[in-house]
Amino acid sequence: MIVRSPATSPMGRLQAVWDDKRLRYPLVAVIFALMAIAPHVLGPYATVILTNALLYVVLCLGLNIVVGYAGLLDLGYAAFFAVGAYTIGIVHHVLGLDFWLTLPLAVLAAAAAGIIIGSPTLRLRSDYLAIVTLGFGEIVRLSARNLQITGGASGISGIEQPWLFGWHISSPLDFYYVFCVLAVFAVIASLRLADSRLGRAWLYVRHDEDAAEAMGIDRVKVKLAAYVTGAIFGAIGGAFFAVNLSAISPESFSFRQSVLVLMAVVLGGMGKIPGVILGAFIVILGPELLRDLGDMRLLVFAVGLLLIMLFRPSGIWPRSR
Amino acid sequence: MIWTILTQQLINGIVLGSFYALVALGYTMVFGVVKLLNFAHGELYMVGGFAGFLVLSVISGTVGMGWPAVAISMLLAMIGVGFLGVIIERVAYAPMLAAPRLSILITALAVSLVLQNGALALTRGQYVPFGAALGFGGLNLGPIFISNNQMILVGTAALLMVGLELFVSRTQYGRAMRAVSVDKDMCALMGINVNRVIAVTFFLGSGLAAAAGTMAGAYYGSLWYFMGFLIGLKAFTAAVIGGIGSIPGAMLGGLILGLLESFGTLVPGVGSAWKDVFSFSVLILVLVFKPTGLLGKSEQERM
Repeated sequence: MIVRSPATSPMGRLQAVWDDKRLRYPLVAVIFALMAIAPHVLGPYATVILTNALLYVVLCLGLNIVVGYAGLLDLGYAAFFAVGAYTIGIVHHVLGLDFWLTLPLAVLAAAAAGIIIGSPTLRLRSDYLAIVTLGFGEIVRLSARNLQITGGASGISGIEQPWLFGWHISSPLDFYYVFCVLAVFAVIASLRLADSRLGRAWLYVRHDEDAAEAMGIDRVKVKLAAYVTGAIFGAIGGAFFAVNLSAISPESFSFRQSVLVLMAVVLGGMGKIPGVILGAFIVILGPELLRDLGDMRLLVFAVGLLLIMLFRPSGIWPRSR
Repeated sequence: MIWTILTQQLINGIVLGSFYALVALGYTMVFGVVKLLNFAHGELYMVGGFAGFLVLSVISGTVGMGWPAVAISMLLAMIGVGFLGVIIERVAYAPMLAAPRLSILITALAVSLVLQNGALALTRGQYVPFGAALGFGGLNLGPIFISNNQMILVGTAALLMVGLELFVSRTQYGRAMRAVSVDKDMCALMGINVNRVIAVTFFLGSGLAAAAGTMAGAYYGSLWYFMGFLIGLKAFTAAVIGGIGSIPGAMLGGLILGLLESFGTLVPGVGSAWKDVFSFSVLILVLVFKPTGLLGKSEQERM
């Protein structure tokens, strides 16, 4: 299954280490250890940035299911992120339901939104899905902006932070560890999905839709499953994003947010979990390193995205399949 | 009273619809010929606006800032942005045409982000005043007022569209364009220079977007790096309403969307805050119930 890429480039060597089963588990242990001590070594500012990067890992892995596994372009991923965040904001904060009971509602709301948008458009050409998701993203953001219940342009603030068995998840450090757990769950879910029957169906549909259908795969149903799964990842990310910041506003869910998540997935390498994680870290840590560039930051990323597509369409992490 | 408002909205709708139609034409032409959804098309409208502004600020010393100056700026912007469209096609899309559809869509998105953020970096995110002085004269038909600017704008848009229609239906390149949109490989076998036809298509489509951008800058009075995003989405909606791939469809779709929007704001509960939600809902509904649009041909292609 695994074809070892020539270990010439630094990334290639890194991947060779990763692909070696004997080295992989110690490496994973080292990564876990680093994750555990990082905030204590790097200080509070870095902890907040890393928490944000871990949130992006969850979002990017979710979008990766849509873009990388099923090969569909979603340009409105922030909409599902918003659905998760606003469900928490409205049901948990305004109506007062417990956070852990609201979380399944957020997931259900995102899945419902995914089905409503996906089921009519997934039958059409994939270009249409791209533009419809773009329109849907704007519909969600503008609705959040115009409705009373979502708090209009200023959004919802003062969202209560959750309790877990007597532990009040409230400090930035608490949230760092919560997002560590979420990211690990997202990685495990992505790995399990890729190896599942559904994951193989996605692979098949991505490579040859007609052949897949001839083999008895229901193309629309399989794509819808990818779209809804991605939506659920986004909603979970959004729910924890809402309690972490304790304030949400429509501008957190703009087209720019969708684009950043997509950039991370494409830069790192569509369909490859280590690549996508790397992409998430690049997109979040990059601006911190490029702070001096100001308005040029996104331009740098955009040019990077274009160069990646033209010269290395499989992303930074080399392909192993 | 109610008739005055309705007629006034009709005029606003036609003005808005002209912009949508001009941009939608580029979408539809490119889609017809290379089957590519050119995400960067809305940004070409924005770049066209800025290009027109640059030309205007250079020539305003000698020819003033009225409509003649705007017309010269528009023509030069059309040519410049037309070539930019050709360059984008050559550099970014041509190597991708054989790649999976996802790759080319992301490439198109990347091009659009480069243009958008390039403009952001150059203007620092500020609105730029266009600086044309167009006057306030107009026609008073009883209670209804039609400004000269609106008439010139709609007239210019109509002229460009008639020109395009004549080009596509009467000239050799137009015939080649229609042929390439049917079967590219067969055209190549018949000795048509397909690459040149694609280049001409991108040139014309981008030029029309630039014309719309310059006119919008002159009419609304300011430019912004993000102005192409919304109109790109709206123009795509217009192209889908009319039937993507169909040139008369894009004109019709643009007009319909412009009218829907300007009358939509009169519906109680819609208002201007919900205007964009309204148009995007129209897009989704059209795609659900009539994906081929009003004048489009149904095609059995799914990729």
